[in-house]
Amino acid sequence: MATSGSTQPAAETFVSSRISNTPVTKLAPRHSALVRVTHWITALCFLALLVTGAEIVISHPRFYWGETGTDLTTPLFRLPIPASRKLVPTGYNYVLPDQNGWSRALHFEAAWIVVLAGLLYVIYGLLTKHFRKDLVPRKSDLSWRLLLTSFTKPLRLQRPSAAEASSYNGLQRLTYLFVILVLFPLVIWSGLAMSLGFASAFPWSVTLLGGRQSARTIHFFVSLALVLFLFVHIFMVCLAGFWSRTATMITGRIGTRKERT
Amino acid sequence: MTNLSRRKLIVSGLAATAGASGLAVAARLAQKYGLVPPDHGGIYGLGETLTYASQRLLTRHSLAREFSRSQISPRPFPNELAPLTPEFKRLQAGRFADWRLSIDGMVHQPASFSIADLKSYPSRSHITEIACEEGWSYIAEWIGVPLSHMLNLVGIHPQAKYVVYTSMEPDTWDSIDMADALHPQTFLCYGMNGSELPVAHGGPLRMRLPRQIGYKNIKFITHLTVTDSMKGFGKGLGSVAAEYGYAWYTGI
Repeated sequence: MATSGSTQPAAETFVSSRISNTPVTKLAPRHSALVRVTHWITALCFLALLVTGAEIVISHPRFYWGETGTDLTTPLFRLPIPASRKLVPTGYNYVLPDQNGWSRALHFEAAWIVVLAGLLYVIYGLLTKHFRKDLVPRKSDLSWRLLLTSFTKPLRLQRPSAAEASSYNGLQRLTYLFVILVLFPLVIWSGLAMSLGFASAFPWSVTLLGGRQSARTIHFFVSLALVLFLFVHIFMVCLAGFWSRTATMITGRIGTRKERT
Repeated sequence: MTNLSRRKLIVSGLAATAGASGLAVAARLAQKYGLVPPDHGGIYGLGETLTYASQRLLTRHSLAREFSRSQISPRPFPNELAPLTPEFKRLQAGRFADWRLSIDGMVHQPASFSIADLKSYPSRSHITEIACEEGWSYIAEWIGVPLSHMLNLVGIHPQAKYVVYTSMEPDTWDSIDMADALHPQTFLCYGMNGSELPVAHGGPLRMRLPRQIGYKNIKFITHLTVTDSMKGFGKGLGSVAAEYGYAWYTGI
């Protein structure tokens, strides 16, 4: 390629630089195509998992610790909501519509898609050093003062500077790494531990979590942590400029909108 | 057209062709090795098929977790029963002496058995959990005759792929593949925690599959049919539950 077409790219560069009147230095996109595609697949799947997960929970809004738990045993805690099955003692005289059939089917299908997309992302992130370059905190990031500032600035509704649009600060890096390396693996693990088939092949996946009902309770709390992350994530995006940041995650390019300070 | 875009076009064309034929080959192989569930159609078919295929590749012979006697739940939760039919009440009045389990379909010798007949065969037990798709679960000791023992007794044809099991409750039947039918922990269950299986838990006879969710463990079993295809059984989805949108394979 380099030898046969050596003159062509040069000619093109010349022409296009005259037209656009800017030097042609092809900037790497803020987010690579694979990161953008897997981000939106994850967003869609997470929404599906959240809605269907809530549907499944309301059929038995009681949580236990250990191996077992039924309506006849004492729960660890229960959600103060009506259930979608009439045998569950909720204290309400109302039974919600039962939607478990399609909810379970969509929950597992979305889980498959998001896990496969996540696997692709992790392999890509390791091969291209995306994790090391973009997500592992730099030495200079790891000062308590800087991390605290990154935390309090958004709380005082201060918008990020234009310079912050092209990379993550230390707190963002730590948060993303925590979600990718801790919350996602834990939610997948605790979910798989509830599969009787999976548990038969890998019994330690259940016992290490403290039993089947513990796995269910952990799955619930990790999901809540992921929802908390989602809220903070969307809040930060809104603070930085919802449309420009969303456009960046779609096109890969950093928007030209002036960042307010 | 520059060399670059021509190469891109050729490469992506080749990749698309390879991807499409790869998928087609994967689908053929999955079909051949029995990795496609009867309810593989519709928008959730992809998920159902991925789950069933990967479970069959990973967990075909694995044994469900067994527990110690001290872990048995003191109060096993009996799920709601549909009103018992007059026929059931008649058999119950006779202490189920006239209960029959018939086995037919792709078998060498169709036969019918009483509960006493079933109890005369080697009795097995395991202490396993039963888990409802709602989220609750309990542990009990389940006593019965392995389904594989009964299938060997009547002799199944080599092309058999599914065992359909039917309840005395109206419009209640389900099916399992041969991996589950011949699995050592799959029981025709007639006892629980050292005594007879209570009616509330499916007595006198329930299917017990510790590697699948509760609703697959159908109560009041009267009839088994061995078949090589689910066509002709209801809508062909493998179970009544699947016709209501509940997965046929529930090892998840």
